[in-house]
Formats: sequence, C-alpha cells, structure tokens
Amino acid sequence: MRLELQKITKQFPGVLANDRISISVDKGQVLGLLGENGAGKTTLMNILSGLYRPDSGKILIDGKERIFRDPAQAIEAGIGMVHQHFMLVPVFDVTESVVLGNEPTKGPLGSFDRATARAQVVELSKKHGLHVDPDAKIESLPVGVRQRVEILKALYRKSDILVLDEPSAVLTPQETEELFDIIRGLARGGTSVIFITHKLNEVIAVADKITVLRRGAVAGETTPKKATAAKLAEMVVGREVQLTVSRSKSHVAEPILQVKGLNVLNDAGGRAVNDVTFEVRSGEILAVAGVQGNGQTELVEALTGLRLVDSGTVALEKKPLHAGSPREIAMAGVAHIPEDRNRDGMIKGMTVAENYILNTYHLPQYSKNGLLNRKAIAAATEQAVKDFDVRTPSINTDIGSLSGGNQQKVIVAREFSRNVRLVIAAQPTRGLDVGSIEYIHRRIVEQRDAGAAVLIVSTELDEVLALGDRVAVMYEGRIVGILDAKQATRERVGLLMGGITK
Amino acid sequence: MNALKKFAVKVRVPALSISVALLIGALFIVFTDLEVLGGLLSDPIGALSLGIGRAAVAYSALFRGAFGDPATIQKALESNGDILVWARALRPLVESVVASVPLIFVGLGVSVAFRTGIFNIGGAGQFTMGAVGGTLAALFFGAGVTPAPIAILLVMLFGLIGGAAWAFLPGFLKARVGASEVITTIMLNFIAGQFVFFLVSNFEFIQKPPRIQPVSKELSQFVDLPGILPIASLRLDIGIIVALLTAVAVSWFLFRSTRGFELRAAGLNIAAAKYAGMGAATSIITAMLISGAISGLGGALVAVGTVKQLSPGIAGSVGFTAIAIALVGGTRPSGVVATALVFGLLQHGGSLMQVQTGIPIEMLLFIQALVIAFIAAPELTLGILKNPFRRRPRAVSK
Repeated sequence: MRLELQKITKQFPGVLANDRISISVDKGQVLGLLGENGAGKTTLMNILSGLYRPDSGKILIDGKERIFRDPAQAIEAGIGMVHQHFMLVPVFDVTESVVLGNEPTKGPLGSFDRATARAQVVELSKKHGLHVDPDAKIESLPVGVRQRVEILKALYRKSDILVLDEPSAVLTPQETEELFDIIRGLARGGTSVIFITHKLNEVIAVADKITVLRRGAVAGETTPKKATAAKLAEMVVGREVQLTVSRSKSHVAEPILQVKGLNVLNDAGGRAVNDVTFEVRSGEILAVAGVQGNGQTELVEALTGLRLVDSGTVALEKKPLHAGSPREIAMAGVAHIPEDRNRDGMIKGMTVAENYILNTYHLPQYSKNGLLNRKAIAAATEQAVKDFDVRTPSINTDIGSLSGGNQQKVIVAREFSRNVRLVIAAQPTRGLDVGSIEYIHRRIVEQRDAGAAVLIVSTELDEVLALGDRVAVMYEGRIVGILDAKQATRERVGLLMGGITK
Repeated sequence: MNALKKFAVKVRVPALSISVALLIGALFIVFTDLEVLGGLLSDPIGALSLGIGRAAVAYSALFRGAFGDPATIQKALESNGDILVWARALRPLVESVVASVPLIFVGLGVSVAFRTGIFNIGGAGQFTMGAVGGTLAALFFGAGVTPAPIAILLVMLFGLIGGAAWAFLPGFLKARVGASEVITTIMLNFIAGQFVFFLVSNFEFIQKPPRIQPVSKELSQFVDLPGILPIASLRLDIGIIVALLTAVAVSWFLFRSTRGFELRAAGLNIAAAKYAGMGAATSIITAMLISGAISGLGGALVAVGTVKQLSPGIAGSVGFTAIAIALVGGTRPSGVVATALVFGLLQHGGSLMQVQTGIPIEMLLFIQALVIAFIAAPELTLGILKNPFRRRPRAVSK
C-alpha cells in the first residue's frame, strides 16, 4: 500500500512538534526517517498510529483519506508499529504473544485454538524469513529475537505498513544486520516499511528513500545513492559537522585507575559485575562497549561511590577508592559524567549556576560560614558558560529549559572544573545532536591529552570505536575481551558484545 | 512594568483559584437554601433572586467580618480619635491577622519540609508541642521569676525546642529505617493532643483551678506578650512580627545558605543530590528539625500570646490548613505569608457570616478545599480564564 502524510501539523503547549510535515512511502519501499531527538519523529509516528490527532493535515492510504481516532483504527487500516520498548508478556510463548488480541478460536465457547494459531505463526515466519521457535517462552529469548516476535505480531495483524521506531537501539551489530535482511525481505514481499532512527549509517544501509526531519519540519529528502554520511549529518544538524574526532596518538604513562577482582550486586541482589579486572592509564581512553544491561551501569556506580562494592578493590593512583563516598571520590580527582543526566547529573528546577556548583558548593570558594558566596558562584558559572559555549539566556535560567546538548555541556563543564585525574563518562552523548556530540567528544579527548585517564562506557559502537585507545567489552557482568584500537573492528567488538569469544 | 508582569504571572493561578472558589461557594449557598429549592419550580426567577440575595448578604457579612464594616470605619474617622469606636472599627481586620499568625508559622514550617521532599503532615503536633514548651516556660520563668524580656525569649526558645523534638522523631525514623513520614507525623499529631490532655488534667501547677476543665492556667498572669497596636484592647502582639521575621529568615535560609541549597537539591531530585555527595539522611533530619522548630515557635507564641491558655485542641485545624497554605503559596515564604493572610481573612470573616446568616463556617472549609483543588490543577484553572465555552478537541488516551 502507498502511504502518504500531507502537511501534518501538531502543536503542543510551547512547541510546534510537527510543522507541515509531508512524507510518503510506496508499496514495497523502505523509508528511512532520520532526525535527532526532538526533531518530531515520535510525534509523527504517534499521529500515524492513532495515539495523537493532528491539528491539521491528512493521512492518505492508497490515495484515500483516513482519520484515526484511536490505535485500533490505525491497526485496522494496516499500520503496524514496532516500538523501541517491546510490549511482550515474558511468560507467554511466541505463538501466544503473536496472536494475542486476535486469537483464533474454536467451539461454541470460543476457546483458544492453539493448533491453528501455531500453524499460522509457523507459516507467517516461514513466508517472511523470520525464524523463531513458536514454542519458546519470551523471557528465554534474546532481545533480537523478541524484536522478530514484535514484527511477526504486526504482520499477523495484516500490516501492510510497518513502522520500526529506533529498532537497532538494543541490538548488537550482528543482530542489526539480521534485522536489515528481514526488512529487505519484507519490502520485497510488498510491505512498506518506515524505519525511524538517528543513526546515519543505518538509513544508508537499508533505506530506499531518506527523509530528514529537523525541528519539526522536513529538512530534506534524498536517496542512499546520492547521500553520504557527512551530507546527511549536515541535513540533520543544519550545518557542516565533523563526524570523527581528530585526535593525536595517545601518550600513555603510569596507571591511574586500577580495578581488581571487582564484584558488584544489582538492586535485586544478583551479581551485576562479575570479577572485573582492568586498569586505565594516564593519557589513554578505555572505552567499554556492550549491549545495555550487561553490568556497565553498576560498574560505573561502584567506581563513583553510588553503589557498594561487594568485593574486590578499586585504586586511584594507588590509593584505595572502593569505600569512598561520592564526594570523597569526586574530590580525589574523579570527574563523573553520569549515564542518566536527568536522574543523576542535574537538578531541574534549579538554575544553571546552581547546577554548575552541584558537587563543589561546599568548597571554601563557594561557601563560607554556611552561606553561599553568590558572587563567586556567578563569576565561575559565567566563565564556564563562556568556555563551554553553553547556550543559555542567563546563568539564572532553569537548567530544565535548556536543550539536552546544553544541559550536558553544563555537566561536563562542572565535572572538568576540578582537578581531574580520571574521567568516567557513561553514555556521554546519549540523546544529543550531532553538533553537541562532536563538541563533547573533543572535550573528553582534551582531558586525555592533558594526562587524565578516561573511562568511557557506551552502548553506541560508533562512539566506542571513535574514542577508545583500547576497547573493553562487557557481557553479562564480565569483561570478555580488551582490544587495542587497531584490533577493535566493528565485527570483532560486535561478536564480543554478543558474548561470542571465539 | 516587567516586574509587575512577572508578579502577575506568579499570582494569577492563586488569585483565580480563590475567585472561582468563592463563586462556586456562592452557587452552593444559593442551591442549598431550602426556600430557594422549594420555590424553584413554582417561581424560578423569584427563587433565584432570593438565593442570589442571600448569597450576597452572606458574602457581605464575610467581607465585613474579614476587613471591617465600612460604616463603622466611617464613624471612626469622624469620631475624633475615640478609642472605643476605633477599636470596634479595626477589630475585624486585626482579628483576621491574628487568625493568620499560626497559619503563617505552620505554613512556613511545613514548607521547609516540602522543599526537601518530605511530606510533613505533623504541623499540628509540632505546633502543639511548641505550645507545651512555651506554656511550661511561661509557668516556670514567668510572673517575675526572670525579667519579662528574658521570660519571653525563653517561651520562644522552649517552643522551638518542643516543636523540633516532636519533628526529630519522624525525621530520624525516615532517615534511618525509611519509615514513611506521612504515617508517623499523623500519628504523632494525635499523641501530642493526648499528651497535652494528660498534662493539663494531672498537674496542679499547670491546670487551671479549680481543676475541673482540662485546660492550663491563664498564661497572661505569667508572661504577657507586648501588643504592637496603640489600642490595648486589640490583641495583636509581637507574634505577627516574629512570624514575618521568620518568613524572611526561612527565605534567606533556603536560598542563601549552603544547608538550604542541600535541602532544596534533595527535595527536587534525591538521586542527583546523592550523586553530588550530599548526605540524604542529614538533609532529612535537618529539614524536619527546622520545620518542627518553626511550627513549635508558632505554637508557643499563640498559646502564650493569643489564646493565653494551653488546651488539648490548641492546634485546631491549623495543621491541615497550613498544608494547603504551603501548597497554594508555592512553598515560597512570601507566598505562604500572603496566602495565610487570605485564609485568615476568610476564617475570621466566616465566623461573622455564621453569626449573621446562619451559614455554617464549614462553608469556608469547602471554599478552601476548592481553592486547593484549583491550585493543584493549574491547567484547568488557566483554562477557565481563557475561554470556558470553547469546546476542546477530544482528549486522546495514551
């Protein structure tokens, strides 16, 4: 089916989320919808799936206008959504999950016809080349397979238009490749696919047509043949950007961070970090790769004093650190850019200045006799805002009203405002625009060049490969391999991320 | 102009909430009047105008009870400084301010806790225990045992200690074992009331002779808080001054001090406060101590100065009204003071309304509840301002 959105406009209080957006996808075509967070992709898809109604504009399917009052009507019209966060019941098996909501029935009481359902699922997965065991329990399946179940679910509902929202966020590179094969297969079979992502390489790899959104409007259309990553990045950001950080060779010196036999428990009491040993030396960046949820979060929390160390030792320049409080660790020379900036890194409702001194407010230059020295705080913040190019109306603006990139700049400025021996940066560029990513990467490399040790934890393989002088891969709480930058190819790291060591 | 605009933006929701609540209150008066309801079918216009007239009479009484009767004030202006006439003219307004004094104190007290993210419902108990402290100080140190100014300072000090001690317990329990402060503070409210009952009915040196009623001796015999008005019969004492100074102090503490910064950080985002190396347990206990101390100070000054007697019910509904005041005032000291004054006016005006029109003072509780409901839903309230008749697009469920 051909789907066309015409001049869709959606206004939320204070934001024009969609501004006369027109996109179209033909039968059997893959449309790559590219844009940063906040570009309006999600709003557009919520309109398409019937969650929101547009203020103006039309949705046409095969040339006929359709109005969706709720998601059921969108499904009826053949639009299937695969969300970033899966909507599956862990204890159900694959067959049950796929047919849930449209179960085939038999007998006068309408009881569940399991045999028919299973046969339908098997046939469907054969037809589209989506290999899954129809009897496997969802909770036993890896994430990549769960995604296939979600796709099957959409196909089972006779979706002719499949919308995939950031589908590769939770996948290893190999799984992403398999997903692309599936998408190509579906398109050959006549399904129209809308593939939403912020990753430039992915649209080039899989899309037939690319539409770029920027600030709620269509910034341009192109095809993979005509586009290069650099060109797409420019369309996404609205100006020329440098995609790779230029950095000199590292001058590696003495070890700064030494971790030995570290074990850390998660909130449920399970072992999240399992016997981890590594070191980071002055002047090098160790990048920790891994699919989300393999112990990286707990590792960083343990290193920064936010989580108790179960056993093992952590030393900073030979001094033990594993029993330190967050403040002691910070004052010992550790800069921590937290994984979730909204939760840990800043306080919305407080000003830029207050956030800038969030963990140094107690130092004598900012606080005397129990009183804050507002003049000194303002002066230091003004300087930092200038140095780090934070775009804010004033230092007394609520940090919550800044863009993600500027918020992160405030955090980075704050963490680099102290004497830094070790930088621990967890997902330092998550959700940021390409321009801010470039800037923050450069700042981190600067710290390395100034002699700090840098530990970066990231689930973005591109970031790991771009920054790491060495790359460690975490899988199920263990470090399954540490590679030098030269050996760390996309394939090798990808295999390690999936737990394959041989 | 810009400052004025900013101010207008800040007060539009509370101001609108109060106005709309009063309007709905008027409708309520009209449609709960049996005569109006009875006549509604036979003579709707007559019945409605009767009802509207009654509501007008009620609100006029409310107004006169809150601010004073314009006619009496006119008389006072012509009286050439007759103290008695002036006292009559000013009494309603003065009494409204007197009614707002405990509300300011407890409103400020719970605001400090709210700012730290602690839902201290124990304002009443802390106020009561402050009253106990103040009463005991007056009995021990008043009546010439120490010079009057020192006795007054001791009353205030004991009030602070009483309230702080009562708030320490839930704070400590929350910080140490994670006990919900909502539950513990509510329970401690009841215990405080019963503790007063125990004190004033078992001890000769506290209980009022001939020891029949469960109330304390007349405290003005021991310590007399100086009035601040030139007319002695108007009972506005230094309590209001201390209340306003406390508001300034709280504002200064929250926004200028290092401790206040920590408390606000903990209140807005406890995870980030931990990340920044602030001790969560210390913040909780500090906030509760300050919160309780402020309410306790109010209790001592009200017991010794205004009521001049300790009784188990001394807190009345102050605890819950103060929570409303803190929320309406945005937990901002200036907002709390302004809201407490408005609620004081409503409260005192309401008593005259009850006397003159027989509309029960509970009507005011209804209006207060409406105010809180409107404040809690600012979108709804501002929507009223926009255009109540415009049809909104149907809300879409997620």
